[in-house]
Amino acid sequence: MHRRSLLKLAGAGAAAGLLVPAKAAEDWMTHAGQPQSEYGSPSPFAELKREQTDGHPFAAAAGSSSSPLQDLNGTITPNSLHFERHHSGIPDIDPKKHKLTVYGDVTRTLQFSYEDLLAYPLKTHVYFLECSGNSYRNTFPGALDLTAGSLNGLVSGAEWTGVPLHYLLEEAGFDQKARWVIAEGADAASLTRSLPMEIALDNVLVALYQNGEPIRPAQGYPMRLFVPGCEGNISVKWLQSLKVQKTAAYSRQETSRYTDLLKDGTSEMFSLKMEVKSVITSPAGKMTLNRKGVYEISGLAWSGGGAIKAVEVSADGGRSWADAVLQSTPQSLALTRFRIPWHWSGQKAVLQSRAIDDKGNVQPTRASALDRYSGSSFYHYNGIQSWEVSPMGRVRNVYS
Amino acid sequence: MSTPNRSSQLAAVLLSLLVPSLTLGGTNKDLGHDQLPALGQQIQDVRGSIISPDGSGLPPGNGTVSTGKTLYESRCVACHGTLGQQKGNELAGGMGSLSSSRPLRTVGSFWPYATTLYDYIARAMPYNEEKSLTVDEVYAVTAYVLYLNDILAIEASVGEKTLPGIVMPNQQGFIELYD
Repeated sequence: MHRRSLLKLAGAGAAAGLLVPAKAAEDWMTHAGQPQSEYGSPSPFAELKREQTDGHPFAAAAGSSSSPLQDLNGTITPNSLHFERHHSGIPDIDPKKHKLTVYGDVTRTLQFSYEDLLAYPLKTHVYFLECSGNSYRNTFPGALDLTAGSLNGLVSGAEWTGVPLHYLLEEAGFDQKARWVIAEGADAASLTRSLPMEIALDNVLVALYQNGEPIRPAQGYPMRLFVPGCEGNISVKWLQSLKVQKTAAYSRQETSRYTDLLKDGTSEMFSLKMEVKSVITSPAGKMTLNRKGVYEISGLAWSGGGAIKAVEVSADGGRSWADAVLQSTPQSLALTRFRIPWHWSGQKAVLQSRAIDDKGNVQPTRASALDRYSGSSFYHYNGIQSWEVSPMGRVRNVYS
Repeated sequence: MSTPNRSSQLAAVLLSLLVPSLTLGGTNKDLGHDQLPALGQQIQDVRGSIISPDGSGLPPGNGTVSTGKTLYESRCVACHGTLGQQKGNELAGGMGSLSSSRPLRTVGSFWPYATTLYDYIARAMPYNEEKSLTVDEVYAVTAYVLYLNDILAIEASVGEKTLPGIVMPNQQGFIELYD
């Protein structure tokens, strides 16, 4: 393993620096390193990068990139590695020229500037965000040999800070009979989604900060809707207007695209909540175990239904299960890290994880997850991920 | 480091007993969690860009299938193909395919409301030239896409009055999990 050999080198260098004359020491021990910087960047040795998932055949800026889950640990995704999904590229919005308008069935049509919103009482919470198309390639007939992030990385975790949406709706005097809030972005696609009022008044934020800094352009700078636990598409980025009305808008996103076809030819619409799910991020796809012995199996679990209650791990393709340790107290609608040590004897093994949330929802097998929808449907797939470890130590995606 | 003498400590304790609101955390009505800055600036009501199935939001205008055909062939055909048949980007076809093993979701076979076409073309099409079509041009392209799906006749046109009245073939094909 590349990283391990680097560590060995560093260890040897450090020892040399202490025990033998200075000329034998590594370069970084014999002269000053880089000076401080205005905005930091990761070690060039860490080789962190998002992977592009399939681009649109005719529209290069209408694509997505996934978080490299296999290279990360803990539960917070760095802002530079949060997954992305754009429908017509990333706009560069000058916050001085951006307004948020609340209109429709309200007693006062209101406009807020970015500065106005910064003055409101803000709320801070850690949440996951998952694209409803996450893991869609595991619905394909053949298992693709890809990394954990490439397959399952349209999910990320971050600390989001913003203005509770209900403050703004109440200030505008929303009609109590109104059932929907239609959110619109200020990108070229001006993406729109209809948000049920009962969710809008609950825990939705007009988010301004992500992991402590102003949200990045790719995540909706200067402001985005953030709808915890729901499919990513409804957390409208570059938020410019909120229209209160009695019906949904039935926008193209929520009719033509993010609907789920059932076997009888009907489709579920407004299937907003994301399912209970987990994925082992190490050992995982395309890694190689180069020795026998003890490894830590580690991964992420989350649910749009609430908090993770338990994660079970199997090393024999689901014949037997053991409880993983959950790192700290799982938070509702946030990523939970799980871990369990595993002794690899050098034989073929199939690693799986199965999440259970505090509402009793259990992550299904691949077969039963697929059985829920028409064979062509690929949103809201939450089947158990299987990683096969070959006798040579090679880890790959399999259907088990 | 100086040590405060005993008599000044005693004086502070006595003062705090006399003026509790200053020194023992009494109530200050200016501090409280139920306050909001109320900074929204009231403006005249706006029409906005959201088009709903009842036709609310539709601007006055009109477009014919034939004008739409001309526009489609210069502005849309590169991505959507002749007659809306470009694989992966289909706009037409797939009628009756939704319960089959190879369902094809198009405007005609899948979309529940015709108003969504106007809304989406006006805000997001053509890709990379968004919002470049006039109101009448959006109606015209909407009419042509409906014609490609055998929902409008070749001599037809649509406008703000007629578009909401068009019943799409799959309108009843959805289970709404929120209403």
